[in-house]
Amino acid sequence: MNPYLERIYNGLIKENPSLVLMLGMCPTLAVTTSATNGFGMGASTMAVLIVSNVIISLLRKLIPDEVRLPAEIVIVASLVTIVELVTQAYIPGLYSALGIFIPLIVVNCIILGRAEAYALKNPPVLSAFDGLGMGLGFTIALTVLGSVRELLGAGSIFGIQLLPENAAVGIFIKAPGAFLVLAFIVAIMNALKMKTRANKMVEGCDGCCATCGSAGGCDSKKEGQA
Amino acid sequence: MNLILIIVTTALINNVVLSQFLGICSFLGVSRQVKTSASLGGAVIFVMTIASAVASLLYTFVLKPLDLDYLKTIVFILVIAALVQIVEMFLKKTSPAIYKALGIFLPLITTNCAVLGVALTNVQNEYGLVESVIAGFGTALGYTIAIVLLASIRESLDEEAVPVPFQGAPLVLLAATLMAIAFMGFSGLSL
Repeated sequence: MNPYLERIYNGLIKENPSLVLMLGMCPTLAVTTSATNGFGMGASTMAVLIVSNVIISLLRKLIPDEVRLPAEIVIVASLVTIVELVTQAYIPGLYSALGIFIPLIVVNCIILGRAEAYALKNPPVLSAFDGLGMGLGFTIALTVLGSVRELLGAGSIFGIQLLPENAAVGIFIKAPGAFLVLAFIVAIMNALKMKTRANKMVEGCDGCCATCGSAGGCDSKKEGQA
Repeated sequence: MNLILIIVTTALINNVVLSQFLGICSFLGVSRQVKTSASLGGAVIFVMTIASAVASLLYTFVLKPLDLDYLKTIVFILVIAALVQIVEMFLKKTSPAIYKALGIFLPLITTNCAVLGVALTNVQNEYGLVESVIAGFGTALGYTIAIVLLASIRESLDEEAVPVPFQGAPLVLLAATLMAIAFMGFSGLSL
């Protein structure tokens, strides 16, 4: 397969960040109260992800290995601040709906994870496609989750009323509904694959945080000694 | 009275994991055993309380007067990362026992979005220093309560025969669903 298309396929299906790798769970659960919010969050994250992948890939030979995590965090945090200011100025509705989760894109495991796992080792164009694939996978997962929750909880999708309002079950757009719908979506994906990858998933998330975190620890220790 | 209200609100009513959805990664990932979860909770309480204080001081005395409000995300994440390192080194020197219990969890906390989340929420709510520290402590307490409860549920679920597609992550999410429903009850508290 064409390597560019392969990157997109990888992000969408094979290593879908939300549904297979279980990364970036906080925004996945928190902002999917409606399809619009899920899509908006996915698109904001995708924008940061593509640009950060390209910048980090361009700088990959300049960033010294010892300080790569702080360097990456500064790049990502700057991009997130830009996205935050842009949404605040041009899409104020989305800005207030997503609230604190826009600045929190900084600590989204997906972004640092892709920088570490892909952008640091590959040329900019491929990294951009990697960001695009992962971003699309994340956006689609969030939009699906948001649509299901909005349909069950408010009877509409993207604000278009499909079910009579008294058929809606309010709990689906409250906190427990997020856990419940995600549990069933992941279980359905597992059933479709009929491979018990469920255990791996939890470890995948665990692993990422541990890698980012402990890698940071190692780095700063090296700095201290130097 | 107001401070007690902040603790109850942050720990129970707006529980950080079950109603704010912060720190989900470690909540799902490091909740296999009660003992490790409790240690992680302890480390989070420690770091979050200090981080809230430092972030609040920085915001009031540096960012606000210089009109650099929009830099808060960058500044807070760097401060938290540095702070975790300092706390780690400090504990290593002064109390090896605590360091041994919390050590491996400290680096993990840098990527725990709950810490950054609390720092940003405190600023949003215009809390002063004391209120920020109390809110940080209360939030971390809520996190500890939630993760220890989930770990105890998971320990007793270990032996159960669960349909194959639900094994692993979906089962944990279902346990979290029930906990979230239970915690919704606290929102009826009239304070």
